[in-house]
Amino acid sequence: MSSKNSVMVFIQQDDGTVSDVSIELLSKARDLATQLRTEVTGVLIGDAVKAEAAGLVPYGVDEIFVIEDKRLKNYTPVPYTKVMVEMIKKHEPQIVLYGATTTGRDLGPRIASNLKVGLTADCTDLQIGDYSFKDSEYKDILYQIRPAFGGNIIATIVAPEKKPQMATVREGVMKVGSPQPGYKGKITPVTFSFSDADFPSEIIKRIREEKLVDLKGSQIIVSGGIGVGSKENFALIYELAHTLGGEVGASRAAVDAGFISKDHQVGQTGTTVRPKLYIACGISGAIQHRAGMSESARIIAINTDNEAPIFQIAHYGIVGDLNDVIPKFIKAFKAKE
Amino acid sequence: MGLNLIVLVKQVPDTQNITGEAMKEDGTVNRAALPAIFNPDDLHALEAALEVKEAIPGTKVHVLTMGPPSAAQVLKESLYRGADFTALISDRKFAGADTLATSYALKCAIEKIGTYDIVFCGRQAIDGDTAQVGPQTAEKLGINQITNVSSIEKVDPKKKELVAKRSIEGGFEIVKASFPLLLTVNDEEYVPRPPSVIKMMSYKNAGVGGDESAYDESYLNSAGTERNKDIISLWDIAAIHARVESCGLAGSPTKVKKIESVILKSEDIKMIENTGEAIADMVHELIADHTLG
Ligand SMILES: Cc1cc2nc3c(=O)[nH]c(=O)nc-3n(C[C@H](O)[C@H](O)[C@H](O)COP(=O)(O)OP(=O)(O)OC[C@H]3O[C@@H](n4cnc5c(N)ncnc54)[C@H](O)[C@@H]3O)c2cc1C
Ligand SMILES: Cc1cc2nc3c(=O)[nH]c(=O)nc-3n(C[C@H](O)[C@H](O)[C@H](O)COP(=O)(O)OP(=O)(O)OC[C@H]3O[C@@H](n4cnc5c(N)ncnc54)[C@H](O)[C@@H]3O)c2cc1C
Repeated sequence: MSSKNSVMVFIQQDDGTVSDVSIELLSKARDLATQLRTEVTGVLIGDAVKAEAAGLVPYGVDEIFVIEDKRLKNYTPVPYTKVMVEMIKKHEPQIVLYGATTTGRDLGPRIASNLKVGLTADCTDLQIGDYSFKDSEYKDILYQIRPAFGGNIIATIVAPEKKPQMATVREGVMKVGSPQPGYKGKITPVTFSFSDADFPSEIIKRIREEKLVDLKGSQIIVSGGIGVGSKENFALIYELAHTLGGEVGASRAAVDAGFISKDHQVGQTGTTVRPKLYIACGISGAIQHRAGMSESARIIAINTDNEAPIFQIAHYGIVGDLNDVIPKFIKAFKAKE
Repeated sequence: MGLNLIVLVKQVPDTQNITGEAMKEDGTVNRAALPAIFNPDDLHALEAALEVKEAIPGTKVHVLTMGPPSAAQVLKESLYRGADFTALISDRKFAGADTLATSYALKCAIEKIGTYDIVFCGRQAIDGDTAQVGPQTAEKLGINQITNVSSIEKVDPKKKELVAKRSIEGGFEIVKASFPLLLTVNDEEYVPRPPSVIKMMSYKNAGVGGDESAYDESYLNSAGTERNKDIISLWDIAAIHARVESCGLAGSPTKVKKIESVILKSEDIKMIENTGEAIADMVHELIADHTLG
């Protein structure tokens, strides 16, 4: 039996594969648990998923509880809430983390509501610190840091009075730790008895395509917006990306206009990226777009409008028509030797 | 056999269209200067409910909002679009609520309405940005939910069930579930209808009345005329039988420790001439600092 007060992670699986965000969270949980001198636990729910657990232990996980049932193959809210609520009541973790994915944002709030504890949404950073409130001093509290107000403010939220402290965490913001092959952790199957009433949702159809675009893993991203003008003209964006060895990104407006598929979308409702270099071509720089790329180490903005908000966060700005600027860029790079 | 539908709507500051006037000198946003609007996703949720009402005769659409007196505006706008009943849940004791306390108050208000088949929420509000209130309310009511719904494919009033399409990363799911059920609706497929001119004329003077008068703010008094003064119900904490200790700041486990405004301006931008030479210089600089390889 593992110790109480652990840092617990809801390990999300999709079609039997553990999601990237869960590995990011286990890595972050390891950091937090080391600071708090406690253990990392995980809960993995699905059908025939136990084999996945072994690969997670090296991220510094002390115990993974595995709950398997044919009817748990795909996520639905009612039975997953039941399992998590019981696991939390039994093991009394001090912190529980969920990915801020469609699944995590469906599940986390139900659990918080059931347990009457706080839940901070869509965090981009987590830290440990002290907090004083109404003559009470709280030691080693989780600071849950998140953007709100459409990205215009960053709030630090705490929930010191009730355990566990819970948060959903944005995908792609926590760094994956390096696995330690010899790490000793337990894998503990847990049996649950369910009734039909625990499965009130029937998934009739589920269509999910793996992303073909690897924006998160790319060090250079060339993104196009409405200013690119057409699907055909995106060829120019692709050409610059290929020349520099990067990936192609896009604004939501470019996706909505049908210039490029949604997999390429950067921003609040797309992918969050922080490459070495981000080149924004014909993108105005709406706050929802910036939410997904403002952490890039270097930003180049190419725009005909010298007042476009993208220039406010860019390191290099070129006022001009992208159809004219990009060929010059390609030529300059090819001529570098 | 009509259905009983409930739509939860929120009035929010318009955080998406920040104009120069709402920007402070230091590049941060002056939140107080943002206009108050109908939360965008909630217009999609209302539209989904109104389309069900049109398809199934005898269906009633009830719209609830929790907020200060000025939030009555989103209820008026719901009446203009075809809501049958509206209530403003308002009490000073609700102030400072986090999502847990908000969902508790909404649950109490929904139970005051009594029987219902489907509760519609927006997916997310554009100020708190949490998307938590829908699922938390469903859990408190002890009912099933489908979140991030882009469209309702089929409603069967006899079997009391529906089929909905929900978006997931990289695709979608088609889900069947029975009533009572809570849905959170996204902005992908429903096209919110504009207000009806005829309804605007008849509800123009709709005012807020109710079980008890929790407020005597001039806004409420000035809004009413004799004819349809009390069209919008006003429910305070006693009216919805809520426990004080579970509402507002007292019922909220999360506390805001610190708020930092995001500075929307960077200090050092280098403007590059749109000439082959200047662009080549920039490329060389980026190669030299290993950004480009
Ligand atoms: C809830 C919500 C979530 C959202 N999520 C996202 C998100 O995840 N990602 C996202 O990107 N957006 C998102 N948006 C949309 C966002 O608000 C903007 O509408 C969008 O980012 C604008 O895209 P754009 O910059 O391509 O288009 P526009 O704002 O139309 O800008 C086009 C720019 O191109 C420039 N231009 C035109 N022609 C040329 C040319 N020939 N050469 C160079 N420049 C040219 C123009 O000057 C202009 O600045 C979201 C919105 C909402 C409400
Ligand atoms: C900067 C900041 C950060 C915050 N962070 C958190 C946090 O991390 N965790 C937390 O618990 N609280 C947080 N809050 C408090 C939270 O914003 C409020 O509890 C708010 O009442 C509801 O949350 P939301 O705006 O995120 O709504 P959402 O949960 O995004 O709203 C979803 C849907 O619920 C319905 N709904 C929401 N509010 C109402 C209402 N008042 N009346 C009727 N229907 C409604 C609507 O249909 C809406 O579309 C934060 C507030 C601020 C200002």
